[in-house]
Amino acid sequence: MFIRLITLFSLLSLPLAAEEVVLGMSQDRVAITANFDGSEILLFGAVKRESAIQDDPPLEVVIAVAGPSHPVSVRYKEKKFGIWINTENVEVDAAPSFYAVATSKPFDEVMNHVEDLRYKVSIPRMIRSVGAPMDVQDAQRFPDAVMRIREANGSYQLRENSVIVDQQTLFRTSITMPANLTEGDYVTRIFLTRGGEVVSQFETTIDVRKVGLERWLFNLSREQPLYYGLLSLAIAIAAGWGASAAFRMLRQG
Amino acid sequence: MLHCDTLTVVMQIYLPIAEVSVNAFLLLGLGGIVGILSGMFGVGGGFLMTPLLFFIGIPPAVAVATEANQIVASSFSGVLAHFRRRSVDLKMGVVLLIGGLVGAALGVMLFNYLKSMGQVDLLVKLCYVVFLGIIGGLMFIESLNAIRKSRKNSGPVKRKKHNWIHGLPFKMRFRVSGLYISVIPPLIVGLCVGVLAAIMGVGGGFIMVPAMIYLLGMPTKVVVGTSLFQIIFVTAFTTLLHATTNYTVDMALAVLLLIGGVVGAQIGTRIGTKLKAEQLRILLAMMVLTVCGKLAFDLLVMPSELYSLGASGGH
Repeated sequence: MFIRLITLFSLLSLPLAAEEVVLGMSQDRVAITANFDGSEILLFGAVKRESAIQDDPPLEVVIAVAGPSHPVSVRYKEKKFGIWINTENVEVDAAPSFYAVATSKPFDEVMNHVEDLRYKVSIPRMIRSVGAPMDVQDAQRFPDAVMRIREANGSYQLRENSVIVDQQTLFRTSITMPANLTEGDYVTRIFLTRGGEVVSQFETTIDVRKVGLERWLFNLSREQPLYYGLLSLAIAIAAGWGASAAFRMLRQG
Repeated sequence: MLHCDTLTVVMQIYLPIAEVSVNAFLLLGLGGIVGILSGMFGVGGGFLMTPLLFFIGIPPAVAVATEANQIVASSFSGVLAHFRRRSVDLKMGVVLLIGGLVGAALGVMLFNYLKSMGQVDLLVKLCYVVFLGIIGGLMFIESLNAIRKSRKNSGPVKRKKHNWIHGLPFKMRFRVSGLYISVIPPLIVGLCVGVLAAIMGVGGGFIMVPAMIYLLGMPTKVVVGTSLFQIIFVTAFTTLLHATTNYTVDMALAVLLLIGGVVGAQIGTRIGTKLKAEQLRILLAMMVLTVCGKLAFDLLVMPSELYSLGASGGH
């Protein structure tokens, strides 16, 4: 009963529903195969509306794709005894393994600070870090390091002006996913904004899975590690012995 | 599953456990080169392969565990050949093995403890710097001396037959080696090699062979076969320990390295017979020192990124 009321209120609290997202995707699942080398997903959609197009402020689109969130331990190196050693270790409570934000204008123009705080869209907002120990100075540098490292290897991307909006109705963008993806449900959120305020939100998931042999090997290694170990020994011995036997036969003609 | 793109020059392969995408030809090539070297010099090659895997971006924990798996395979055909030639001292092998299994268990425990502390990469790299430095340095000096001596044409150096080792209790007769010595030194040698196998992802032949010759006084002809016998079981045990506690054995990586390695080893053996032993050893020494230098450099020079990310404790 309460829940119903709450959902009703939350529905009412959204002044929107006037404009809704209809989304298409080039693929809603990514298969990590043996020769997986990253993936590019094309997202395209239209804005469905009952009333006439409102011109001012113009419609903007923000698309955010987030991989599964895990705690990350961030380690800081210091020079001790002449070599660089990990000295501090801070657990960042939750950080997505992959996060891409694509916007139709610079981020500040398409979404204001309050809306960003509420929907947690920009990259710094996606990382949750509450439990830094008291003795660590300037704890913010640890989540910052997560962002910096993951932006450098392409796991976190902020791509402003990369969503193309036509006639305030059609929009499209593409999201590039790197080769080192983690399995899971990639939550894809699309926000329509006007004047920095969110007017409509749409959510779907992209399913990223290891398939075939990759999946089988990974699952076996976690669920039956002993059998996996024995199997890898058996395969290795067979391959090593087989290859040298084949070579011997080749040599003897 | 033959797509067109698998036939293109750049063939990326996604390693299921390491969770990185690497060029398959790079792995085959690495396996091949290390295989050639191991064939040329008669060494296992693990101590070169594992650091090379670090350099191409394989996580150290995965590199160590997977390399242990590969060593089992590359030693297997070798030990068969030695069994045919009856150059394996089984009794000595078993004593070394008992020490080795205990050592491997201790090594994996230490490895996992330091992994939870976030220091495992440092431990592995430090071990490499220390051991590669010592071995490379000794080999370099020794082969320089050997070259000088062969010019002077002096006779072979005689081995001391009796040393403090012979004063220890629990003596046992090793018929194949023609020895009557205490079991304590081989147990300790085995133990040390086991610890190294677990931490460094090496067979440990480069430690064990000199120890067997100079410390235990075993005849050279049974040394290689016996050490291979011990290495197979110790690295197999290490592989299983890493697979069950760390989930870091990458089968796909092991097989690719292996294929390159076996082919390379056959080529290397042939090249090796055409070169002089001292020249070979000096080459190997320089290579070992280069890898050591690169690892030491990485530890000493300020890294461009002071922070590193890891999965937090517990899956």
